[in-house]
Amino acid sequence: MIARHAPSGTTLACVAVYLDHAAGGPMHPEAVAATLGWITSGFGNPSGAHQVARRARQAIDEAREEIAALIGFTPGGIVFTSGGTEADNLALLGASAASRGAIVVSAVEHPAVIEAARASGRELRVLGVDRDGRVDLDQLSGLLDRDVAVVSVQLANHETGVVQDLAAIARRVRRRSPQAVLHTDAVQAAPWMDLRSVATSADLVSISGHKFGGPQGAGVLAVRPGAQVSPILHGGGQERRRRSGTHNVAGALGMAAALRVRSEQRAETAAAVAGLRDRLCEAVTARVSSAVATALDAPRVPGHCHMRFPGVEAESLLFLLDQAGVCASAGAACASGAFEPSPVLMAMGVSRDEARSCLRLTLGPDTTPADVDFAAEVVVEAALRLGRRAGAKTLAAL
Amino acid sequence: MRVLVAMSGGVDSSVAAALLVEAGHEVVGATMKLWGGTSDRGCCSVGDVEDARRVAQQIGVDHYVFNFSDDFERHVVDPYVESHATGSTPNPCIECNRHLKFDRLIDRADQLGFDAVATGHHARIVQGPDAQLWLARGADSAKDQSYVVHMLGAETLPKVMFPVGGMTKQQVRAKAVALGLQTAAKPDSQDVCFISGSGGRSAFLSERIRLRPAKVLDEAGSFLGEVPAVEMVTVGQRRGLGPAVGARYALSVDVQAATVTVAPADRLLVSEVRLDPVFWVREPPGGDESLLAQVSAHGEPVPARWEAAGRVCFERPVRKVAPGQSVVVYRGDLVVGGGTAAY
Repeated sequence: MIARHAPSGTTLACVAVYLDHAAGGPMHPEAVAATLGWITSGFGNPSGAHQVARRARQAIDEAREEIAALIGFTPGGIVFTSGGTEADNLALLGASAASRGAIVVSAVEHPAVIEAARASGRELRVLGVDRDGRVDLDQLSGLLDRDVAVVSVQLANHETGVVQDLAAIARRVRRRSPQAVLHTDAVQAAPWMDLRSVATSADLVSISGHKFGGPQGAGVLAVRPGAQVSPILHGGGQERRRRSGTHNVAGALGMAAALRVRSEQRAETAAAVAGLRDRLCEAVTARVSSAVATALDAPRVPGHCHMRFPGVEAESLLFLLDQAGVCASAGAACASGAFEPSPVLMAMGVSRDEARSCLRLTLGPDTTPADVDFAAEVVVEAALRLGRRAGAKTLAAL
Repeated sequence: MRVLVAMSGGVDSSVAAALLVEAGHEVVGATMKLWGGTSDRGCCSVGDVEDARRVAQQIGVDHYVFNFSDDFERHVVDPYVESHATGSTPNPCIECNRHLKFDRLIDRADQLGFDAVATGHHARIVQGPDAQLWLARGADSAKDQSYVVHMLGAETLPKVMFPVGGMTKQQVRAKAVALGLQTAAKPDSQDVCFISGSGGRSAFLSERIRLRPAKVLDEAGSFLGEVPAVEMVTVGQRRGLGPAVGARYALSVDVQAATVTVAPADRLLVSEVRLDPVFWVREPPGGDESLLAQVSAHGEPVPARWEAAGRVCFERPVRKVAPGQSVVVYRGDLVVGGGTAAY
């Protein structure tokens, strides 16, 4: 549990259970220490030609090497960005710039991928998914040909947590579109999966610091040797001319520290969190008979508990959860903060109306059994209350 | 009480929320996302949501965004287009109040355990001589919005609050300044929120229906000119009908025949209007009761009577009310009902 703070700094009486880690979680103390260490005792632009700049340069290069080793890339392939969205944009726009070829994306990609693909102006081929949210490999084969420049399929889904079989996808891409660059948005996978083994088949990999205990505003696009990425930000030519702009040294250090800690603890954290996630999911579905857990049979990252409550509006459910001190999400929030019917669920064959009724609870490494039990109580109570009301309205309308 | 305040991002609802907090209510702010389209103004742009959210932060209340855009499309936008397509003149703000603010939002608030919904409308809810609740005109006669919220029925009034209804607009702005709210100097919204300033009504409609040119005729059937879209002509309109029309006004619009008939102003005067559908806050008024009828948002109320056959009879002739417009019936300052002009 974490104390909820009002902007003025006064701690509110109500204590929140935070189950929205997929949106961003608290920084790990070691990441805080690394970030603060730089902010308080370091400064300077790594691109300069003096001792202060050299120290900054050394700091960022050490962070670069550490991250490279932890995700299985070479240090020269690490391009620091402002986060996952920029990394995805750089991948899609940067890899498609050199040719006029088509872009293939899955229907369940994060908007940072889909919107960047749209903005590229290239032909867009959308790869469907099955009821469990896994991409249709046969359809993929049909979409691939010599005209494809970029294929982008996420490693784990931001809403459901469903994991794709990237190796199988890569085999098809290499066979039918050997010229294509394969990108994977690993933003949701990075907290839970060892990218050194699961992302080896991708040419480009996006990660975002604040999803795994690092600071906001820090991300990486990792680039395999030989893959070409044209810059989308122009200027001083930093990051081997792939990303101009003064480095976020503190962010890179914090991100590296967080990834290190997360990697060291991954095996035990993943097992423990998956256990808590299942306990949460089962506690709710056992007591709310109408609840439908999403993609139970598909491989999922440990933190995601995703379910639907037919007839219950997610906005109402989230409101009651929030007022009771449980922070959760319904999946797809637009710029205004309103929730949209989940495009991910609709791609999985769920109707537009049903896609409004989902709830995403995402656990983090610090989530406790007490958090999960409290959240289950609150979710059950809210879902039953809203469900009763929806049922009463339906009866009244008959 | 637990009150859900509909915060549009404008100054009135900002101050409404602040006043409720000051009065000691448990307040939550909500902005309805109504329009997913590309309009650059009105109650649903991202900028307005941000204004509302910032005000909520400043006055210390939780703020949520409710996405009602599908309902808005179904209950406001589609009927708006349909109304134009059939030669009527819709009032989308009234339909939005009827179906979104005072139906969907009240229902949502009820579901979430609120006692009432508040908005920034300039109208009041008062106890009438019969000790019942009635909707009354706002204190600022120039800003009175009782016309656009006239559809509040007896069962709805207890669930609604209009905290700024007893204030003048000047007082509202002064209060916003005193509280340091960033919406203090924001201009009043004027136009239909889902129609963009750049493209206007014709661009909006032409994306949804085929606009057809129409002949402009006088009452004898003589040809006076053409208009590009019969669907956009409103009864009572003079401008945009062509130079030959002179000082004449649109008397009737026939979408089927694609004709607009114009006539001098005195030919547009009517002494009654049929309402369909019609709505009463409580019992319909008696036929002999002296009432007032208002036929536009800021129109002059005209002495009138209600005929049980479904007509409002004006005591002096008024300019013809365009079909589709709302006619609101008052007893003094109290709204007793209203309806849609049908002829």
